[in-house]
Amino acid sequence: MELNNSKIKIKAKNLNVFYGKKQALFDINLDINQKEVTALIGPSGCGKSTFIRCINRMNDVIDICKVEGSVEIDGAEINEKNVDVVTLREKVGMVFQKPNPFPKSIYDNIAYGPIIHGAAENKNQMDNIVETSLKKAALWDEVKDRLNEPGTSLSGGQQQRLCIARALSVNPEVILMDEPCSALDPIATAKIEELIDDLKKSYTIVIVTHSMAQAVRVSQKTGFFHLGKIIEVDSTEKIFKNPANKMTQDYITGRFG
Amino acid sequence: MNSLIAGVILILCLSSYFFGRSEARKLVTQNIKLKALPAYYGYYLSLWCGLPALIIFGCWSLFEPTIIKVLILNNFPQIESKDLFYEQTLSFFNGNFSGEITNEIKAASIKYSSINIIAQNSKIVIIAAALIGSLTFAYRKIQKNNKARDDVEIILKVLLFTSSLVAILTTVGIIVSLLFESLKFFSTINIFEFIFGTSWSPQRAFVRDASAITPEELLELQDAFGSVPLFAGTAFIALIAMCVAVPIGLFSGIYLAEYASTKVRKYSKPIIEILAGIPTVVYGFFAALTVGPFFRTLGESLGLTVSSESALAAGLIMGVMIIPYISSLSDDVINSVPQSLREGSYAVGATKSETIKKVVIPAALPGIIGSILLAVSRAIGETMIVVMAAGLAANLTINPLESTTTITTQIVMILVGDQEFDSPKTQAAFALGLTLFIATLILNYIALRVVKKYREKYD
Repeated sequence: MELNNSKIKIKAKNLNVFYGKKQALFDINLDINQKEVTALIGPSGCGKSTFIRCINRMNDVIDICKVEGSVEIDGAEINEKNVDVVTLREKVGMVFQKPNPFPKSIYDNIAYGPIIHGAAENKNQMDNIVETSLKKAALWDEVKDRLNEPGTSLSGGQQQRLCIARALSVNPEVILMDEPCSALDPIATAKIEELIDDLKKSYTIVIVTHSMAQAVRVSQKTGFFHLGKIIEVDSTEKIFKNPANKMTQDYITGRFG
Repeated sequence: MNSLIAGVILILCLSSYFFGRSEARKLVTQNIKLKALPAYYGYYLSLWCGLPALIIFGCWSLFEPTIIKVLILNNFPQIESKDLFYEQTLSFFNGNFSGEITNEIKAASIKYSSINIIAQNSKIVIIAAALIGSLTFAYRKIQKNNKARDDVEIILKVLLFTSSLVAILTTVGIIVSLLFESLKFFSTINIFEFIFGTSWSPQRAFVRDASAITPEELLELQDAFGSVPLFAGTAFIALIAMCVAVPIGLFSGIYLAEYASTKVRKYSKPIIEILAGIPTVVYGFFAALTVGPFFRTLGESLGLTVSSESALAAGLIMGVMIIPYISSLSDDVINSVPQSLREGSYAVGATKSETIKKVVIPAALPGIIGSILLAVSRAIGETMIVVMAAGLAANLTINPLESTTTITTQIVMILVGDQEFDSPKTQAAFALGLTLFIATLILNYIALRVVKKYREKYD
């Protein structure tokens, strides 16, 4: 089932997640390859978002959420008590469904992470980080003359790229994207997808999406979730051309979900 | 008599509702399609029955005493102090007059009794006529199947409009009366002396008729109404209160919103809010009887002279009193900061306190400032605690251990007990009230502007 030529970056083993008494994920086993885009598809409420929130332990913020099982990044377990979530989240960045720039200037939005981690020693270095992050997110040319304007003044697509730049600013290795284009129009979506394609050269990307077309366009590997279980994982080509599971076929052809 | 009339009107209103409804139902049984539900015809009839009569009744009761007074006094042009004479007549008529009974009073009283009877009777007749007239009018409308629903809407709209008009007019009335009394005050006392003077001793103008003040006395009085010590005292006590309330309130608000579990929050928030429900008098005697003496003993053991009524005690307790304003409101605004912002911050590796400090608080800042300013105006307006705990002496001091006083306290002091209404001392209360009003108005305006300017939009 695995693509053999790639190195595994993230490995989830027997992962179970509970929200209070309700179980959201059942025995998830999933390998995510390095420097590749892995798309997670499935109907709403199937646990895709819950799964990627396990990779940077974002579920910790939710009181009633309990995670059991193992997630390894580069062979190191992240669900141990002594793992520092700050370092983990520095390594595993996240982009959310709705663009959520801080109510600060564009510059401060990017500088936020580096300041917290003490990444820059002086203003020059910080300027550099901001510029490279915005360039990587393909936003630099559009905002370079108005870095002091509030991040919220940008358009939806620009805001989302700002959030991607913010995630890139702390030099992560993995970027989690939770339906990053669901609030955007097709043109902005195309830009983000182009960007994802570019970013996969240097980052491992996991993207949750409701759009089959998007999964086909951007990902190399696709996992299909249904009711908290993983039904099928394979190369994107295989999943969309010749799925092994009947349910996967029904879902991608739009017969349910 | 009046309550009887009001009762009859109300009962008629109620019964006309049922009458109107049943009449409308009768129409339905005759296979006539109504333009509104039967209940609307009930409301319609009831409103028409009650409103005109009540309005006439209200106006009548409002103007009757004045008209009767004029009518009676016209018969006695020779009387000098007419108001007093009329009061005496009334109390003689009611059988509780204890002074010397003159013939005029007797005559006026007889006159009063006859006018009163005429007034009562004509009132009943007019109201009854209004009732019958409007009822018939409305009843015929029902028979003609009018649009009762729309009419009820209009009547209700007018009713609501009148209510808001009353509220607005009251405000305007209060401001106007403040303004006029203050103008009278400023006609005797120089406004600059009032605003910039540093000595406050209004008792020097005690029991003085403003018209009887000689120019020399007036000159001497000029520097008795310097309001600076009062404003300074007010600001000082409010400052002490804010020093207590802002950190405690803000931190407890942050704790409640960000750290406390749902269960803790559910119980502790109402408990903190109870603080806001304690009558200020209770705070006052707590400050005066417990905190003040405590500070004095503490100060003595440290070798300091602490007066038993001190700005510190009053400010401290006032601070405790306004904690819930700040904590509860900032808890609400912090809660309304979208979770997505927090997650965005966690996602780049920020800790909880970093997130709160750098993302949540800035986003909630306008609301927090708003809550603080609300607390400030509460502190400035607070009277009871200061009266009881900070003293009455208008000291111009920045020593928190001495006693001091505030504007509101002085207004109370001026108006307590018997006063000549046109002495400068009494009018000073209005001037103080006006300045306080303007000060809070400016404060609120600044607050609104600040909040608007620094509002960080997060959606």
